Amino acid sequence: MSSKGITSRSSFLLGILCLVVVLLATSPMYAPAYIVILLTSILMYVVLTVSWTIFSGPTGYISLAPAAFFGIGIYTAATLGEALPLAAVVIIGGLVSFIIALLVGAVTLRLRGIYFAIFTFGLVLLIQHLLLWYEVNITGTRGRFVIVVDNTTIFYVMLIIFVLLMLTAFFIRRSKYGLALQSIGENEEAASHIGINVTVLKVITFAISAIFMGAAGAIMATRWTYIDPYIAFNTNFSFLPVLMAIFGGMGQLYGPFLGAVILAYLEELLLTEFPYYYMLLFGIIMVVAILYLPNGIVGLIQKWRKEGFRRKHANT
Amino acid sequence: MPILEGYQVTKNFGGLTAVAHVDFNVEQGEILGLIGPNGAGKTTLFNLISGALTLKSGAIKFKDKTISGLRPHQICRMGIARTFQSIKIFANMSALDNVLLGSLFGPKSVMSTNEASAKATELLDFMELSNSKNTPAKDLTLVNQKKLEVARALATKPELLLLDELMAGLNPTEVIHAMELVKSIRAKGITIIMIEHVMKAIMNICDRIMVLHHGEKIAEGTPHDIATSKRIIEVYLGE
Amino acid sequence: MLTTILDVLIAGLLLGGLYALIAMGLSLQYGVARVLNIAHGEFLMLGALLTWWLYTMFGINPLACLAICGPLTFVIGFILHRTLYKRLRTSSATPGIFESNSMLASFGLLFIIQNVALIAWGSQIKSYSYLTSTIDIGGAVFGANRLVTLGFAVVIGIAFYIFLARTRTGKAIRAAAQDPAIAGLMGVNINQILALCFGLGALMAGFAGMLVSMCYPVNAVMGFEYTTIAIIVIVLGGLGSIPGSFIGGFILGIIGSIVIYLQPGLALASYYLIFIVLLLVKPTGILGK
Repeated sequence: MSSKGITSRSSFLLGILCLVVVLLATSPMYAPAYIVILLTSILMYVVLTVSWTIFSGPTGYISLAPAAFFGIGIYTAATLGEALPLAAVVIIGGLVSFIIALLVGAVTLRLRGIYFAIFTFGLVLLIQHLLLWYEVNITGTRGRFVIVVDNTTIFYVMLIIFVLLMLTAFFIRRSKYGLALQSIGENEEAASHIGINVTVLKVITFAISAIFMGAAGAIMATRWTYIDPYIAFNTNFSFLPVLMAIFGGMGQLYGPFLGAVILAYLEELLLTEFPYYYMLLFGIIMVVAILYLPNGIVGLIQKWRKEGFRRKHANT
Repeated sequence: MPILEGYQVTKNFGGLTAVAHVDFNVEQGEILGLIGPNGAGKTTLFNLISGALTLKSGAIKFKDKTISGLRPHQICRMGIARTFQSIKIFANMSALDNVLLGSLFGPKSVMSTNEASAKATELLDFMELSNSKNTPAKDLTLVNQKKLEVARALATKPELLLLDELMAGLNPTEVIHAMELVKSIRAKGITIIMIEHVMKAIMNICDRIMVLHHGEKIAEGTPHDIATSKRIIEVYLGE
Repeated sequence: MLTTILDVLIAGLLLGGLYALIAMGLSLQYGVARVLNIAHGEFLMLGALLTWWLYTMFGINPLACLAICGPLTFVIGFILHRTLYKRLRTSSATPGIFESNSMLASFGLLFIIQNVALIAWGSQIKSYSYLTSTIDIGGAVFGANRLVTLGFAVVIGIAFYIFLARTRTGKAIRAAAQDPAIAGLMGVNINQILALCFGLGALMAGFAGMLVSMCYPVNAVMGFEYTTIAIIVIVLGGLGSIPGSFIGGFILGIIGSIVIYLQPGLALASYYLIFIVLLLVKPTGILGK
């Protein structure tokens, strides 16, 4: 929230968002199947990126774990997909991620940010190893088959997750907790001295962000039909949301959205032709963004608009 | 009954004893000065009271309840607020948002957003910062940043306010205004402990003064007592 | 029974030697240059894959590859610091911001290096045989390559220690680690030292990579796990303490060897368990301040 209340600009953006959602919701009716599949992928990246930003954006605590929660969601779908209805599987995927995130947060968020980053870095590998060991030693299988779901259903589930996420992100940002999260990023010690329970706020926010990553994983698993610990826990999915958020710009909520849309589309274009080159390019984009785009694409746009404004009024 | 009591408060950092067996009492409604050479342990004592650091031994009680061992946000909600030697405002947030956060999270009983907003605006007026309501805190002058930090602390509705070197970096006119500010805060019924190096301020507004040196309390008394104490003069001039 | 214990112990020292080497490199980079280089494992991977390539393509002795991989990774690390990280240092408003920016930049670097390797060498697992004759120690049997690896790890570690403790540059590095500002005032060329440290850290990784390739199969994505382990070791030893990471490496290696003997596949999980206990009880680690 800001003391400025709802400005005309954020109403404008909200309007755009509603328009986008309506367009998307009706798209399977008139768009060809491959477009629906593309849109699902893009929505998936938007969900991962925006949910990452809910916590890591304002507080500055860099989580390198989106792949871990995404993978947990995938495995939930693989394990429970035959036994439970789809909606339950997706929700449980989100819940398991929530619980794991609570535990991770409880251990690491009492300490300096570097410990949190370090811990989350290896988390995806840890869970991968644990599941691998479990499959080799306990169940004797390697990998699982996931239930098959048609593309239109996958798209709509992802769309619902996306809408719920945007609503959550919007409400957190506008609430007093959003303001408190920002103050934690500004000066955590001062924040705790004015009555903010910084540890609890951090842990809960981090856990909330994990819900959506887990839910997204659960639904996307149905697209891949066969998964094993290597497929489900892929370090690329820790890197890409972080890259997209930084590339887009973390100041506003539409920054990560924009970053995810642009880079997800780019990935689709390059994926089939240049499998390793596109990740190489993304690595380069990350380094360039850190060096030259401190506020991402959004920051760049704002800078140009300000400069245009100054130039326009230069003679007054 | 004293509003704040400290019994044999001790804190070490590795081999270094920062605060050594300090006993103190602060009466409700008084202004207590805390002075001593640099490194005497004054800010450490503040950190121990506010919960930023944990005591090695001893105890601190606020309104007869033990607070040593509680976390800063809990101690704030109980009624103790502070400012910091190196100003810790929320640099990229507006002045209003800085104070608003204090109103929203600091007081014992939770307020609605509208009430908190009104309170915050009121406090900015009291501090003569209304013109800078929407200015990012980092763009304020040093004096205004200090005033902002005080406003934010007051927003948490404290009964005890800890001021850490409020006057540092202020010119003589600003020091006089700051002194008036401290007196007007006390007039609201808030007890104040202030760490200061500006002797004029300490001598003029404090009811009592406590002197720390190498972590130990070496003297305590009225400004007159302290000003005429040979030991204190030695300590300050000898350093 | 005794043979088993000896087996596990020496295997633990071997693993520990590797871990110590890798962790010291990372500790140097973080402790002095304040860069949490999560691409560290990728330098190890480069050392490993280069050695494999040079040996299988050109028959160059892997031990001789030390002389090639080492300087190469050193130079890459040195240049990276002079260009990328130095620029970040000047553009970051606070040390905290620099810490997270440099970590994120390293994240990008990780994928750059990893994918260059994938493009150059593909994703299959590779291995080669060298010095595979066995040596018997008190009934326990070890490949000569593993013992040579242990020997090298210890020698490099000791050489490094002497470098830090006795040489002028080493002392300048320790001064810079304590307090960069003061060291700068005392005439230490800070930029040079920081870049040197970063390069040396990469050098250690390159060396470790070559040693790893002698004993284990390697592939282009192996780096991530080694980085994770190195990070746990430096937290165990104490963030910023180089002797700590040396000791921590051996501790973790021995624990890892025991776990691998009891339940292979749970080594990383056991490291993480130690990590969790550490964070709950003493985050500053064994020798940390």
